[in-house]
Amino acid sequence: MSAIRRAFTEDFTIYRVAELKPVLLAVIQEGEHIELDLSGVEHMDSAGCQLLIFAKREAGAAGKTLAIVAHSRAVQSLIEFYNLAAWFGDPLVVPAA
Amino acid sequence: MDELKQVFLQESFEQLDALESLLLELENRPDDETTLNGIFRAAHTIKGAAGMVECAAVESFAHVVENVLDRLRNHEIAVSTQLAALMLQCTDHLRVLVANEAGVAQMEGEEIEAQGARLLMQLGEYGPGGQVFASPKAVESGVERIPSSSSAQNCWHISVRFGPEVLRQGMDPENFLRFLETLGDIRHLETLADAMPAAAEMDPELCYLGFEITLESSADKQAIEDIFAFVRDECQLAILPPNSKVADYLDLIRNLPEDSLRLGEILVRVGALTADELAEGLRAQSAPVDEPEPEARQIGEILVAQQVVQPELVVAAVAKQAQVSEKKAQDAKLIRVPADKLDHLINLVGELVIAGAATSLLAHTRRDGELIEASSLLTRLVEEIRDASLQLRTVQIGETFNRFHRLVRDACKDLGKDVQLVINGGETELDKSIVEKIGDPLMHLVRNSLDHGIEAPAVREAAGKDPQGTLFLNAFHDAGNIVIEVSDDGAGLNRNKILAKAIERGLVDAEAHLSDREVFDLIFAPGLSTAEQVTNLSGRGVGMDVVRRNLQALRGTINVDSQPGQGTRLTLRLPLTLAIIDGFLVVSGNRAYVIPLDAVVECIERPDSEHERNYFNLRGQVLPAVCLREIFSLPGERPARESVVVVQYAGQRAGIVVDRLAGELQAVIKPLGAIFRHLQGIGGSTILGSGEVALILDISALIKISGQAEQRLLARPEQRSA
Repeated sequence: MSAIRRAFTEDFTIYRVAELKPVLLAVIQEGEHIELDLSGVEHMDSAGCQLLIFAKREAGAAGKTLAIVAHSRAVQSLIEFYNLAAWFGDPLVVPAA
Repeated sequence: MDELKQVFLQESFEQLDALESLLLELENRPDDETTLNGIFRAAHTIKGAAGMVECAAVESFAHVVENVLDRLRNHEIAVSTQLAALMLQCTDHLRVLVANEAGVAQMEGEEIEAQGARLLMQLGEYGPGGQVFASPKAVESGVERIPSSSSAQNCWHISVRFGPEVLRQGMDPENFLRFLETLGDIRHLETLADAMPAAAEMDPELCYLGFEITLESSADKQAIEDIFAFVRDECQLAILPPNSKVADYLDLIRNLPEDSLRLGEILVRVGALTADELAEGLRAQSAPVDEPEPEARQIGEILVAQQVVQPELVVAAVAKQAQVSEKKAQDAKLIRVPADKLDHLINLVGELVIAGAATSLLAHTRRDGELIEASSLLTRLVEEIRDASLQLRTVQIGETFNRFHRLVRDACKDLGKDVQLVINGGETELDKSIVEKIGDPLMHLVRNSLDHGIEAPAVREAAGKDPQGTLFLNAFHDAGNIVIEVSDDGAGLNRNKILAKAIERGLVDAEAHLSDREVFDLIFAPGLSTAEQVTNLSGRGVGMDVVRRNLQALRGTINVDSQPGQGTRLTLRLPLTLAIIDGFLVVSGNRAYVIPLDAVVECIERPDSEHERNYFNLRGQVLPAVCLREIFSLPGERPARESVVVVQYAGQRAGIVVDRLAGELQAVIKPLGAIFRHLQGIGGSTILGSGEVALILDISALIKISGQAEQRLLARPEQRSA
């Protein structure tokens, strides 16, 4: 029963997704409950979002859980735009004002 | 006028033409569904287009017409002659309305309104729906929508699957979707990542995303499609208009890669369908065929059978789809180019021809072999460019001919005659500027034939002829000219009557002996009409002279042949183009003249023995000769050796006596100024490669001059012997 939390500060963009994919897969390998801290992610595009969808799906397929525990403004905005908040099922912090 | 409106005007006129010809077809085959649908479609297109450019007058009138057509299509009312005639009148009225939008209507505003009101009243007799509606956003008739509580007004459904490469190409789906928000409000958006493969194959740089979007927007489909223009080739895009039919959604589900049920759920979630509609549709579609019908049933049929969709709805949808694909195919084949751009191109090509001639001349005077070779290649290419660019302006004459179907039909109704119009050679091409100008003269000739030529059925029967008369329109190419024949199998021209009338008017001397041809030519004289009574079609004695003048302005001619009791044939000859011709350069008295090459038959040397005569012997055939030196009073001595260029025009031959032959050239025709209008024998001018001006000879006029000279001599034999 291992919960691991991993914080990312890299951009989740098309330029970085190729290197992020193995990192995320490795994190999913490591623990049962994976928590991603994305509060330091300054930029995210569709490729990044797609990668998150992928990670969530892979974790689910392996019988593990993956949760995003902290969203940066960029991450939250795109997830909301794509109407994926419910699918990810993570609590989103409503920004003050 | 903005661009959209221009396009609307042009398209409307095209649609109106189509509408008119379809209506005429309908008269012949009242039961033809395809024709009816075509008519309905044309009216509907006009209405829709008018709505887009906010031409309320056109739109509301077209709406009423469409309503009646719809009832016709649904067999609520039957096709009748009166209705067809009324519809034709409505087409005319729509044309006036559209012209009015363009500011070129030939009627006063009040007159138009009065006509509109009268037609609306008549249309009202064909059932309800004949009410003018004011709001341009009224729901169209004939197509009823399934009321769906959850689908709000103006909600488009957009279904898009991005291609795998879009991310790598730097195009982020997010940007496109964000851009959609500029058009309206995204009511609901579902992200689909079902296309994403297993972990090993998943390439994070490829895009696996798809979206189902409900967009509330008043934009049109094109605007939405344009947003995806950059990725149009890469992505799978389906756009369903607001309040689309259930069948369309089900079609969408079938065409998308994802599982039908899952998609269905999504559609329910985005509010496009209700759960019941979906369940019904899908169940029926996948249910085993246990009914006697062997062929698999389309979902459309299934829904119809279940009374979910009215049959006409499906027909409308199918027709719409066919129309869209037809239009696309046409658009791909045709480009609309403003005529002035083409004219500019033709002008440039004209200058190019002149410059090319200058180069070629220079090469020859320098006697530089390589330069000559290079310039001859250049000349050949220029010729090809010339032909190709002139071709751009050519149109088929068939379109002009087809307009006469209506004219013949209407005239027959008015005159109580039965005439069949037979068109041959409609595919013959000629310059657009000529086509535009011969429309009116042709119409005049056709009217004349109908009015004076072809007899009433009873008269025809009495003469042992088929009571149905025939009017032929014929076009073909002949030696660089286009020949248009208007012929009928009517009574033919009455030689004595024409002659009597001409003598009465003092056009000819009572004592004169005229050949048949000369008598027939009199019909082109101003103020001569042989019709016993003036009808509203023709017979006022103005017209034929105008026809001839119009044709002469186009460097064309007209001839009449007539057999009493068997018919009349009018033959029009026109040049193919007004801009550039192949010419044959001749020199007389150090002046250069150009003979159109098409007219040249051969060149021979003139024997000394014939120098003083105005005829010559061509292998035993005696032909009139025109000496340029004499008719243009050129200075200088006759050369020891003269040449004769044998020319032919409309079956007549003559020789043109010149000092020297100087070979072929391409001549760009520059019209002569108005002061030279009455000059006989000169058709225009051109600029040679050397910069000199050369006059282009008008062969038809020269042949006529030679004939007249001969006749004068014949009339006064004492002069000839002197």
